[in-house]
Amino acid sequence: MPKVYKIRKGLNIPLKGEAEKVFTRTEQAEAYAIKPIDFPGITPKLSVLEGDRVLTGSPLFYDKHHPEVLFTSPVSGTVELIRRGEQRRILEVIVTPDKDQEFVDFGAADPKTLTREQVIEKMLKSGVWPTIRQRPYGIIAGIKDVPKAIHISAFDTAPLAPDMDFSVKDEVEAFQLGIDALSRLTHGVIHLNVNAEYLPNNVFSKAKGVKVNKFTGPHPAGNVGIQIHHIEPINKGDIVWTVNPLDVIIIGRLFKKGQYDATKVIALAGSEVLKPRYYIIKTGASIHNIVKGNLTQPSENLRFISGNVLIGKKISENGFFGFYDNMVTVIPEGNHYEFLGWVSPGFNKYSASRTFMSKFFPRKAYKLHTNLNGGERAYVISGQYEKVLPMDIYPVHLIKAILTNDIDKMEQLGIYEVVEEDFALCEYVCTSKIEVQEIIRKGIETVIKELG
Amino acid sequence: MKALRNVIDKIKPNFQKGAKFGMFHSTFDAFETFLFVPNKVTSKGSHIRDFVDMKRTMTVVITALIPTLLFGMWNVGYQHSLMIGESWTLWQNFWFGFLKVLPLLIVSYGVGLGIEFAFAQSRGHEVNEGFLVTGILIPLIMPVGVPLWMVAIATAFSVIIGKEVFGGTGMNVFNPALLARAFLFFAYPSHMSGDNVWVAGLAHGAKAVDGFSGATPLSNAASYHIDSIPSTYDMFMGYIPGSIGETSKLAILIGAAILLITGIGSWRIMLSVVIGGLSAGFLFNILSVNPYMDVPAWQHLIMGGFAFGAVFMATDPVTAAQTNKGKWIFGFLVGFMALLVRVLNPAYPEGMMLSILLMNAFAPLIDHYVVQANIKKRLKRAQKVAQQ
Repeated sequence: MPKVYKIRKGLNIPLKGEAEKVFTRTEQAEAYAIKPIDFPGITPKLSVLEGDRVLTGSPLFYDKHHPEVLFTSPVSGTVELIRRGEQRRILEVIVTPDKDQEFVDFGAADPKTLTREQVIEKMLKSGVWPTIRQRPYGIIAGIKDVPKAIHISAFDTAPLAPDMDFSVKDEVEAFQLGIDALSRLTHGVIHLNVNAEYLPNNVFSKAKGVKVNKFTGPHPAGNVGIQIHHIEPINKGDIVWTVNPLDVIIIGRLFKKGQYDATKVIALAGSEVLKPRYYIIKTGASIHNIVKGNLTQPSENLRFISGNVLIGKKISENGFFGFYDNMVTVIPEGNHYEFLGWVSPGFNKYSASRTFMSKFFPRKAYKLHTNLNGGERAYVISGQYEKVLPMDIYPVHLIKAILTNDIDKMEQLGIYEVVEEDFALCEYVCTSKIEVQEIIRKGIETVIKELG
Repeated sequence: MKALRNVIDKIKPNFQKGAKFGMFHSTFDAFETFLFVPNKVTSKGSHIRDFVDMKRTMTVVITALIPTLLFGMWNVGYQHSLMIGESWTLWQNFWFGFLKVLPLLIVSYGVGLGIEFAFAQSRGHEVNEGFLVTGILIPLIMPVGVPLWMVAIATAFSVIIGKEVFGGTGMNVFNPALLARAFLFFAYPSHMSGDNVWVAGLAHGAKAVDGFSGATPLSNAASYHIDSIPSTYDMFMGYIPGSIGETSKLAILIGAAILLITGIGSWRIMLSVVIGGLSAGFLFNILSVNPYMDVPAWQHLIMGGFAFGAVFMATDPVTAAQTNKGKWIFGFLVGFMALLVRVLNPAYPEGMMLSILLMNAFAPLIDHYVVQANIKKRLKRAQKVAQQ
C-alpha cells in the first residue's frame, strides 16, 4: 500500500470559471514562441536568425553556460521575429508554422535498450531535456548530475488547475515510455505522487517502475516541492529532479516516434472565459486562437495568464503559452479605485483571513481581480505564512535572511528545499503585500552565484 | 463618489515628487488611500491578492477596542459620581467621562500621527496604519487624571524613541503604547500611581464623600486590605477605579472575541498569558506566606490590567514572539512575570506593563532559540543521511 501523506496547511482559493471536462480542438495557432524567461538561470544564445527555416525539433537557442542544452522549435516553419527587451535581452523567438509539419527524426528507440548516455543525448538534441528540473533551485537539470530520485506530481491543486487525470487519459503508452526513459537517468526511485482523494486513472495507476505516494489536503499539496519535503526533504548536496506529467508524455513520444511532439492538453479557465474547457495545443502556441470570441469583456480589461493565478506569467491576448504550464487563466484586471474599500463588509471579497463577511456567508466561487488591495508595508502580522506553507520551515525568517543577503542563514533555514511556487500562497495571503516569490528567487540566485 | 475621485485626480499631480507640494507626498497618499483603495495591480508574483491589508487589520483591532473605550468613558463619570456622593444617570456618567477622555484621545492621535506623517514623509514611505491602534491604546491605559501635556510628551517619546529610531512600524522592539505608559510611570510616578489618580478630580482636592477611597483592587491587595477588594461581580463588570480602558473585563472579553473570531489576535498568546498567570497564582496560593499570596489565582485575572494586557498588549504581533512555539513561551512568561511583579514587589502594584515590556525585550531571543532548533533539526537530518 502506498503511504498517504496528509497535508493540513494550505488554502484552496475558490475561483470562478473552472474548465469543463471537454476536449476542444483548434486550428493551428498563427505563431509559436519559446521564451527564455521560462527558464530561470539560463543565458540564451541564438542558433537561428530571423527568416531561417526550422523543422520541429530544430534548435532555436541554447544556454551559454551549458551549450549542449538546446531549446527547440515546437513546429516547423520560419523564424518570424526575435523579440528583444532592455539591453537586447531575448524575450521571445517567434516561429510561424508551415501548413504541413515536418519533423527532425531523432530515431525511435526503446529506452530500456539504450545506455544512460544515449538517452540523455536524445533528450538534449530534441529539446525535451529542459522539461526536467532539479531541486534545489528549480532550474534545468544538470547533465552531469545523477539525481537521488525523480519526482512526478500527478495532480495539480492550484486554483482552477486542470485535472491531470483527464489531461493525460489517452496517453498510457507515451507516459510509460517516458517513465522508462527517466528510469535510465537515476539509480534511485521515481516517485509518482497521486491524489489520495480519488482513484487515479490508468495512466498513473498502471505505470510501472514507479513508487506511488498518496497526498491529501489543500493547495499546495499538489506542488512537487511540498511532496518532496514530506517524502525525503532535500539536504545540502542532494539533487532531486522533477518532471510534470504532461512533459513525461512528451519525453515518451520522443522515444516512441523519434520526434519532438510538444502537444499538450491544457485547460482554459477563469471567470472571464465564456466557455472554460480543455484544449489540445503545442508548447509555445499563441493563445489567440483559443481565447478569441471566448471572452466576457474587451481584452483591455483582462489579464491573460499562462499558468495559474498564483505562479503564472502575464501575457497578452496574443501571447504565447509557457514551456512548463498546463493552463491559461483569464481574470479581470483590478485597475480601479474603490471608495473606502478597506471598511466595506465584503460579502463578495474572498479572504483567507476572517476579516470579511465572506468568511461567514461563503459563496461557492469568487470572481477575483488583480488589484493589490492595499499598499506595501513592513512585516507586522506574524504567523500568517505558516498557515499556508506545509513545510517545516520558518518562512519569514528565511525571507529576512534573503533580504539581508545572509547566505549561511539561508542555507540553515532551508533555501535548498524551496522554490518560489511553494511560497505563492504566502504572497497571496500577505497583509503587508510583500513580493515573496521574487524574494525567494533572488535568494536562490544568490546561492547559485556564491556557491555554484 | 465619482465627483470626489475627480477632485483627487485633479489635485494629485501637485503632490507628486518634485511638484509644488511634493513634500507632502506621503500625507496626500495617506489621505487618498484612506478614501480609496488604490488602483494598483499586481505586476509580479501572484496575480491575485487577498483583500486583507493593513488598514483592514487595524480597523478590526480598533473595533475590538471600542467597547472598552465606551465603558471607560462611562466609568470615569460613574467613579466621579461615587466620589461626590451623587447618583447620576447613565448619560450623565457617560457625558462626564466623554469630556474627560476625548482630549486625551485627541492629544495622543494628534501628536502621534503628526510624528508618523513627518517620518514617513522624510523617508519617502507610505504612512503605516500602526499608530491608529497605538493612538487609542495610550489613553486607555492612562489614569483619567493624567495631564494632557504628559500624554503629549509620552506619546512623542514612544513614537520617536520606541518606534521611529528602529525604522518605524514593524521594526520596533517594545510595544509603543506601553512604552508611553512606562515613560510616565517612571518620570512622573505621582501622576501614575497611588490612590488618588484613578478618579477624575480626586487628585485636585475635590471633596470626596466619607468612605470613598479611590484605591484600585491592586493597591488594596498590595496593602493587604484584602477585605477592601471589590466584589468579583464589580471587578468583572468594571465598576471599579483603574486605568480608563482596563476596568471592565466584560468589555475586554467582547474585544477578545472580535480579535479571536477575525483571527487578528493570537489565541496562542492570549491563552498562554492566562495559563502563565494562573500558574504563578496557584504557586502563590500554595506558598501562602502573606495575605496577598492568598488572593485566589483566578481573581488576579480580573484585577488591574491583566486582562487588558493579555488581550490587547501582549498580542501585538510586532513586539511579541513571531514563531508559534515562541508565542506559547512568550505568553506564559508574560502572565507568570506579571504576577511575580504584582505580589513580590511592593513598589509596583501593577505588574502587567513591566512584564510585557520585559518579555518584548526577550521575544527575539525566544524566537532565536525556536528557529535554532529548526536549524539543528535540519543539520541532524543531513548528518543522518550522510552516515547511511
